[in-house]
Amino acid sequence: MNQISFLLLFPLAPALLLAFISNQIVRNLIVWVSSLALIFVSLSLATAHLGTSPEFFSVDSPVLEKLFFAGEIILSLYLLWRCRGINKKESYIPVLIILQAGIGIFLELSGKLPKVENAFYVDNLSIIMALIIGIIGTIICIYSLGYMKEYHEHHKEMKENSRGFFFIFFLFLSAMFGVVLCNNLVWLFFFWEVTTLCSFWMIGYSKTEEAKRNSYLALGMNLIGGLGFSIALVYLTFFTKAPTIELDKLIHAGSALALIPACLICFAGLAKSAQLPFSSWLLGAMVAPTPVSALLHSSTMVKAGVFIIIKMAPILQHTTAGLFLAGVGGVTFLMASLMAVSQSNAKRVLAYSTIANLGLIVTCAGVGTYEAIWAALLLVVFHALAKGLLFLTVGTVEHKIGSRDIEDMEGLIVLKPFLGVVMLIGIAGMFLAPFGMLISKWACLKALMDASPILAVLLAYGSAPTLFFWSKWMGKILSVSSNAVTMESPVDTNEATALTSLAIPTVLTCLLFPLIASVAIEPYISNLYGQTMSLSRGNMLIMTIMLGLIILVPLGFVFYPRKQKHVSSYLAGANVSGSTSFLGAMGVVKDVATRNYYLSAAFGEAKLSKASVILGGALILGMFVVVII
Amino acid sequence: MTKIALVLAYVIGGGVLGGLLSGFDRILTARMQSRKGPPLLQPFFDVLKLMDKRTVVVNNYQTFYVACFLIFIVLTGSLFFVGGDLLLTIFALTVAGIFLVLGAYSSHSPYSTIGAERELLQMMAYEPALLIAALGMYWVTKSFHVSAIVSYSHPLIAVLPGIFISVLFILTIKLRKSPFDLSTSHHAHQELVKGLTTEFSGSSLAMIEVAHWYENIMLMGFVYLFFASSPIIGIAATILVYILEVLIDNMYARLTWQFTIVSSWTVTAGLAVTNLMAITLLLK
Repeated sequence: MNQISFLLLFPLAPALLLAFISNQIVRNLIVWVSSLALIFVSLSLATAHLGTSPEFFSVDSPVLEKLFFAGEIILSLYLLWRCRGINKKESYIPVLIILQAGIGIFLELSGKLPKVENAFYVDNLSIIMALIIGIIGTIICIYSLGYMKEYHEHHKEMKENSRGFFFIFFLFLSAMFGVVLCNNLVWLFFFWEVTTLCSFWMIGYSKTEEAKRNSYLALGMNLIGGLGFSIALVYLTFFTKAPTIELDKLIHAGSALALIPACLICFAGLAKSAQLPFSSWLLGAMVAPTPVSALLHSSTMVKAGVFIIIKMAPILQHTTAGLFLAGVGGVTFLMASLMAVSQSNAKRVLAYSTIANLGLIVTCAGVGTYEAIWAALLLVVFHALAKGLLFLTVGTVEHKIGSRDIEDMEGLIVLKPFLGVVMLIGIAGMFLAPFGMLISKWACLKALMDASPILAVLLAYGSAPTLFFWSKWMGKILSVSSNAVTMESPVDTNEATALTSLAIPTVLTCLLFPLIASVAIEPYISNLYGQTMSLSRGNMLIMTIMLGLIILVPLGFVFYPRKQKHVSSYLAGANVSGSTSFLGAMGVVKDVATRNYYLSAAFGEAKLSKASVILGGALILGMFVVVII
Repeated sequence: MTKIALVLAYVIGGGVLGGLLSGFDRILTARMQSRKGPPLLQPFFDVLKLMDKRTVVVNNYQTFYVACFLIFIVLTGSLFFVGGDLLLTIFALTVAGIFLVLGAYSSHSPYSTIGAERELLQMMAYEPALLIAALGMYWVTKSFHVSAIVSYSHPLIAVLPGIFISVLFILTIKLRKSPFDLSTSHHAHQELVKGLTTEFSGSSLAMIEVAHWYENIMLMGFVYLFFASSPIIGIAATILVYILEVLIDNMYARLTWQFTIVSSWTVTAGLAVTNLMAITLLLK
């Protein structure tokens, strides 16, 4: 319990301190110290509870309940106050806020809220999440120290508000710990709404017109989801045979009793994890400074969405509603992967890939069998690592080369070797065997085939474009023009530390993943389902061999005798200066340029996004229809 | 121990057999075009000659990627022939393919870059069919392991005909045969010079050639799985399939990438997915 209260409350201390301190050195010190403290405590929470059965903690404090209630009201009032900036189209937002606040007040004052036995809990899933938040989240925070400084050097026109930024950052972490450690659904919902508020604030950071509109979009969509959550609370209080607002009791009630509230909560999860038809808010969120994207995509926000859906998995197992939910995830995976092909903006590619991978997690959770959940949890862990790393690298690259367009990253491996290598590790981590994401996808494919083959087919089709858009990005980084020279400009220490400390685990998890699976994931699953799965030793051996090859072969080449003759590349015999320019048809000297395929006529957003939104919406509707009938 | 023996058998035998298959391919093609064709061992002479030449490169990295390509192809084949996990084999094959593509990208040459893009498009076209074939075999035999699939008592072709045809379709892409030899071709009518392999020469080119031998043998092994319950029919069918592919190669001109993707995805969806859905409903 001590660790839980530490994780919930401690981040508020640096948050408040940082809200008043603008001295860079003091800020660095506070962020470093509190980050290390959070890492240490989340690790000690893990060592104390990993592998054990879930532990519950009761808090009998009317004062605390009043505080949460007051918090809800303040939250709603603040959001209403921020609604000054909305335009006509966004006028649905205050309505949603008032509706939600009304429901909250009604529930509290009705006196019918069921008594809560255990307000907090720790199980293996919440430990995995706490480690992701506590370690990856704080690494991103350390990175922001360097990034935000450079960000404002690059954007002089923008009003600097780093104090607010770091305040919100730590508040966000605290709220995320709340989401994964609360057993009281009303409190969980409060933290849930705090994460909505934090992301709204962060997306609107730059105060440009685009940032404002996108932040309201994120707020609106998450409030729609949140409304689902409030209705679930009402349902649980008034319309069930055994009213409860405790997460564990809800899950144990099973699909016969708890399917309707579970679907409502999953609906909130879908909005939060940017599944179709809600994907647009996450795409819009990239107007924010890059660490914000890294945070939203890897360790917070969207992960809260899939966390709650995974929690509901035992209820959804073997239900038609669960299959519809899985369908939403499957379609999201396929469509987002296809649309990613047409993007040359690195952050947008990453955003689509996040949406796609979350779709895969939702698919697994909707299926809800023990195999599927095993795969889903692996995906959560590996995705958090690799995606965090990729966003941070893109952020630094953007500051160094002045662009986030993949076409401008040509030859990065020679121009900026450190960033090039880190980026390659991140990309390989996302889609290549034997890195984590691929192992997880493999597990997914097996699990889906056992549960519902049509979902496995969606996965088979969706992984093909994934391969295409990642490989061409890799190719761009490795494409070396003959006049390229290394110009490594120093990377900020905070940024370099963060990048290294994410890149190394991305590689190491390939080796350590059997350990992660057996220590953290399998106990959770066997506790929930009474059975679990693990990878066969033979396959583990093969993956170790593959990893060994990928690491050792490059090393071998350092000592490779280089007796090769170097020539210019073939330009149909019209080379002018080596392979960098050629004599064109009209006798003009032209530079050689290569560009990737984006195939926007076939895979463009304009062509696919509308259909995807309709399909996603229809599947969600289907889910509710089968539940109610 | 048998596993190590199998790997060794593939590493030695796979290469030899692959070279012979390539020689056979060339004779057959020549006969279809009313020519006599080269001797059966010509591919080996070609590779020996390539090895003897000085390697000319645009940059040092190229050779590295090609070496990785060869190593991963051999690894993929070994995995397949020791009876390993079919999905893992497909993933390893993908990794190998990506190394070749990266090799082509690294030269920054316009011809090989377009070759690389097209190679990726081809991979995108055939990937779903391969995965769905593995899923179908898994559903029938209850295992992803090649060893279990090969020892299944009934012929898989009887329950997986749709999947088999879709595999045949994408096999044309994998074997780099017309009408789908977009990224690089054995024929001398390329608008991309040699596409993907434009900037490779000497021993690098030899490695690519040898890797294709190994790859083709593995692919023939994949075809064999559909008939594995009776080895004689299996081998005969595999040879027939190869002859069919050579015939198709000689019958068609090259088509566009759009057609490649759309046709292979449609064939996969229409035949393989329907087949898969049917067996999952009928064979519980």
